[in-house]
This record gives sequence, C-alpha cells and structure tokens, in this order.
Amino acid sequence: MSSRTTTTARRRPTGGTGDRTVRTVVYLLLAGVGLMYLLPFVIQVVTSLKTDPDAAAHPLSLLPDPFSLNSYRRLFGLGGTGDAVPFTRWLANSALVTLFITAGRVFFDSLAGYALARLDFRGRALLFNGLLAVMSVPGVVLLIPKFLVLNQLGIFDSYAGMVIPLLVDGAGVFIMRQFFVSVPREVEEAARIDGASIFRTFWSVVLPMARPALITLTILSFQGSWNEFTHFLVATQSPQYETLTTGLAHLVSGSLSAGTQYPLKLTAALLATVPVAVLFFAFQRHFVRSANSGAVKQ
Amino acid sequence: MSQHGNGAVAVPVGAGGAGAGPAGRARGAGTQRGRRGPGGRRGTGIKGRQGMWGWLFVSPMVIVLGLFLLLPIGMALWVSMLHWDGQSNPFSGAADFVGVHNYTDLLTREGQDRKLFMTSVRNNLYYVLLVVPLQTALSLGLAIAVNSRRIKGKGLFRTVFYFPSVTSSIAISTVFLFLFQGSGAVNALLKWVGITGPKWFTDAHGLVWSLLGMLGIVDPDRPVPALAAHGFLGLSWWDWLSGPSIAMCTIIVLAVWTTSGTYMLIFLAALQDVPAELEEAALLDGASRWQSFRNVTLPALRPVLFLVVTLGLIGSWQVFDAVYVMSQGAPANTTLTPAFLSYTAGFQDADYGRAAAIAFILLAIILAMTVVQRVLLRDRDAAGTGTRGRFPRRRTS
Repeated sequence: MSSRTTTTARRRPTGGTGDRTVRTVVYLLLAGVGLMYLLPFVIQVVTSLKTDPDAAAHPLSLLPDPFSLNSYRRLFGLGGTGDAVPFTRWLANSALVTLFITAGRVFFDSLAGYALARLDFRGRALLFNGLLAVMSVPGVVLLIPKFLVLNQLGIFDSYAGMVIPLLVDGAGVFIMRQFFVSVPREVEEAARIDGASIFRTFWSVVLPMARPALITLTILSFQGSWNEFTHFLVATQSPQYETLTTGLAHLVSGSLSAGTQYPLKLTAALLATVPVAVLFFAFQRHFVRSANSGAVKQ
Repeated sequence: MSQHGNGAVAVPVGAGGAGAGPAGRARGAGTQRGRRGPGGRRGTGIKGRQGMWGWLFVSPMVIVLGLFLLLPIGMALWVSMLHWDGQSNPFSGAADFVGVHNYTDLLTREGQDRKLFMTSVRNNLYYVLLVVPLQTALSLGLAIAVNSRRIKGKGLFRTVFYFPSVTSSIAISTVFLFLFQGSGAVNALLKWVGITGPKWFTDAHGLVWSLLGMLGIVDPDRPVPALAAHGFLGLSWWDWLSGPSIAMCTIIVLAVWTTSGTYMLIFLAALQDVPAELEEAALLDGASRWQSFRNVTLPALRPVLFLVVTLGLIGSWQVFDAVYVMSQGAPANTTLTPAFLSYTAGFQDADYGRAAAIAFILLAIILAMTVVQRVLLRDRDAAGTGTRGRFPRRRTS
C-alpha cells in the first residue's frame, strides 16, 4: 500500500495529510456508529441485572443499583418475587422444534439440491423454476392462508403443525444445489462405476465433500427456526406450545404483560438471544457466507 | 456468477422414466454426463433409475412446499371470495360466496373497512419511503468504510454491525420498547443534548405536520380545513400527507438498525469483487478518489444496488413482528400495516375472507413495486454510461 500512497502523493501533493485526515474521520465515524449498534445490547445486559424501580428511574445508568438476579431467578423458577413465567417451557419448545427443523432441513434440502443439480429426471427444469417462483412469494402474505391449510389438515395447534411446514426451505435447497453443481463429477462417477447405487453415492461420497455447505445450511436453519415467529404465531394457540419468540411476544405485548417489568422482559429477550449469539461468534465466517447466499446472483 | 443451467440437460424424447428398467450394470457410466449438447445416447437403464431416484430425492421438498406454500395460495384465493368465519368447512358451501365483495370493501366501497385498510397502506408506504433509502445508504456507507484497505479492525466492525441482524426480531423489539419509553434511555440521552424527546409510542402525530408545526406553519392538532375536507380513497388529504407518525418512526429506526448489517455484507461481497487494479489505475490516471469511486466502483455495484433495493422493498412491505410486539397498530392506527391488519382481521375479527383479500392485495402491491423498480432502474441503466451490469436474476428469501 505504501508504494501506492507515494505515487498518488507525487501526483497530488496534498495526498499524504489528506489521507491521514480521511482515515481519522472514517475511524471516528465507524466508532460512533459501532457504539450505536452496541449500546442497546449493553443496556439490555445491564438492565437485566436491575430491579424494576431502578430500571425505570435510571434507564441509562450502566451500574445496577442494587444489583439483582431476581429476573433470572423468576425465569428459571428459582423463586424471586413476582409471578412465575413459563420460561423453561418456552425454552424446551424452542429447542425441540429447532432440533427437528434443522435436522429435517439439512437432510431434505441436501437431497433435493442434489437431485436438482445432478440427477437427470423428467420435469427437473420445471421443478426448479417452480421453486424459484414459490420462493418469491412474500412470507407474511401467507400468514392467514397457512393457518387455513393447517386447520384443514387437522394439525393446527400441535408440534406437527409447527415443525412439518418448516422442514424444507427453498433457500436451503438453492444453496445446496449451487454447491453440488460446482463439485466435479469424476468422484461420483468413480463410485458409480464401482457399482454404488445413486443414494449410496450421495450418502457416502458426495455429502462428506459438502461439509462447508452443510455447515452453512445448519447454521442458517438453526438461526431461522430459533428466531421464527410468524409461523408459530399462526400455527399454535395454546400456551403449552409457546416458544421463546411467541412467549416473549405475548409477555411483552399481550396477555401476560403485567405492569412494566422491563428487567424481566429484557432478561428473557437476552436469554433468547444467547444461543444464536454463541453460534454467531463461533462460526462467523459461515454467517457471512450465508448472509451472502441470500443474494445468490445467477 | 454461475450460470444456472436451466435445462442444462435436454430431456431426451422417450426417456420414459416410468418403471425403473432392469438396473443394467452401470458400465460406461461416463456416458450419462449431463453435458449440454446433443450427445444424448444414454442407457435407458440408468436414465430410468435416475428418473426414479430424482423424484424420490425431491419428493419431500415437493410435498412440504406444495402443501404449505402452493396450496395456501390457492386456498386463500378461494377463501378471499367468501364471507367465512373460520368455523365451518369453506368448501362445503356452508360459507357465503361473495365474489369480489371483500376486495371492493377494501378498495372502492366507502366504509370503515376501506378506511382502515387505506390507513395501513399509508403507514406502510411512508415506512417504505424512509426505510429503503436509509438502510441502503447506511449499509453502502458502512460497507465502503469497512472495506477501505487502510482501516484496521475491519473484522471487529463487521461483527458489530452485523450482530443485530442475527438476533430475533422479537428480542430486539423488546429492547427498543424499553429504550424508547417516554422516560427511557433515548429520551435521557436527548435530555443531555437539551432536547425534550417525544412520548414515542403514544405520539400519533404525523412527522410532516410535527416538523411544520415546529416551524409554526401548521398546528399538528388542528387539520387544515382545505386538506381535511377533501380526500382520496377514503382518507383525507391531511391524513395522506401526514408522513409516518412519531410512533412509526421508532419502528423505522429499528428496521434500519437491524437490516443494515445484512445489506452491508452483500455490498461488501460485491466490493471485494471489484478489481483493485481498476481503482488503482483510475487513481494513477490522476482521478480523485471520489471520481474513481463514482466512475469505477459505483457502476460495478449497480447490480448489487438493484438487488439490495429490491430485497429492501419486498421486506419492508411486510412489517409485522415489530408492530406486533411494540404497538399492535396503536396509537390511533398509525402503526397499523397491511400485514398486521390481515392478521387481526383473521384471528381477532374471524373474518377470514377479508384477511385473505388483504393478503392478496399486499402481494399485488409487492409485485407491482418490484416491477416498477425494475423498469425505472433499467431505463436509468440504458440511459447511463455502463453497458455492463446486466441485472442479476432476482432472488428473495
């Protein structure tokens, strides 16, 4: 880089100092914006350790006074003052549906992606274009329609109704297809010549090679199902099926919302964020990749 | 940019996949390469097998997406022509068939239904008008700043900006609800600077009238008679021109804050594809940094810009989660959006016909917006200098 700076400096005498000021300004801007992005989370963590009156009186102070674990106690049913919140039930539900949806998506999306990339069958092109068309229907538009179908099938307000509709997602199929298209064929062909069946080839030869894509898909599916809100909102009704998202939404806005109780609500929101955050920091590179896979240019 | 081989394999005529033929020994499997071109002399045995396996492999996808994406669309189209309370079977004739009545109630017939719907469209329109430009500009700015080669700690900044995008919308909305209370952190911050912040979530005043009110031009609480007396589609001009309410502004801030990280990453990926030599060459030729950015970098970003604006448009016509948690449409219906209205029409008023009709009109709005935006950008592109930047095929997820 230095050589470049000197060349431009030779051409434009102001280059050197101008560069430094530009850099300082950029740093300051980035730091300022970065602070604005972090501060809400910092306030959230601090407030989760405050008492209700303290949180109401000093929303900005970064020192809980008095320091209190009351919110955490209440959420995990370890006493504390105030009504119990079925937080552990939400957590269990979220974990359960996330587990099933993630497993289903990774397996079924890979299968379909492989078939669309590699297998030669009638109607493949039609199916692929159909997939693209269906994927472009905005999700919120389907809120009411999805409920109608679940109701007709008799799986409204059940785990089946929560999980089955999310077992396959178009974007995941697309990611896997893109990956399989880029895998050289020779490996598969060698396996075929050795007499392996198509499924066998897929399972023991192709899938192991697709590790990076599978990790991306797993993360994407986990994040998607853990944070899913609208589908669970229209697929369930009873409190026993509440997940972290629907439970929290009801706690904050609806029937459970007694008084302000902000420390409690922010603690619940914080705990709901933790698993995804941990995953995010552990697999940052894959997150970056998956964010861009949403913008696949063909 | 991989060309997706749409029909990369010409399906040979008479490749009857019906009934997997005797699974012939897969010798010479090399012949069944899915190569383009006419070399379609493939063993039917393998072909048949592939056909069977292919359909087997895609069947879970076909079943799930068919049942929960395609079928709902068809069913909703039917239900949107009924007056149905969700109790009976909609296909048995127990529900009244009303044809396009639900649609006319929302669009042309004078009445409460239309007024509410048009209010929700107005709210969402202002939301889109603010969110899309703001998130696009902010994410592009962040991407350029993080991408500049002389900045250290890029990874850290990238993480900080992207983190809000991975957390749940419900959790974030909860935090913002706390921050924007009347006596909350945001107003405490504003007090430091000497500004008395509004009571965010209870303030139904339109932004436009509030700003003009500050300048003393209009009184936000007393509509101008000329504007209040006349209207369009069931809303007075005073209401149409009000801008987003103060309460809606908090949801707008939330949306910009949570989405800019994602779009920043998309821009970053595109920026890293711009050959550094090009920019360097421009700089060496004596172009200023701004010129090089304007004439080299920006044209290369055009397709991605198009993509981000499109994704932004599609996303911002679907505001739901934040409205559900933060305001439920209050105050005075100024944060009501079509998506939320569709939800309440079904689940609270048990009027599924109207709910489905709202969903379809919303779908039409989104499609129309996307088309309009495509046409506008294409014209600009044709008029512009760049013949590069062929538009990528759109993808939304």
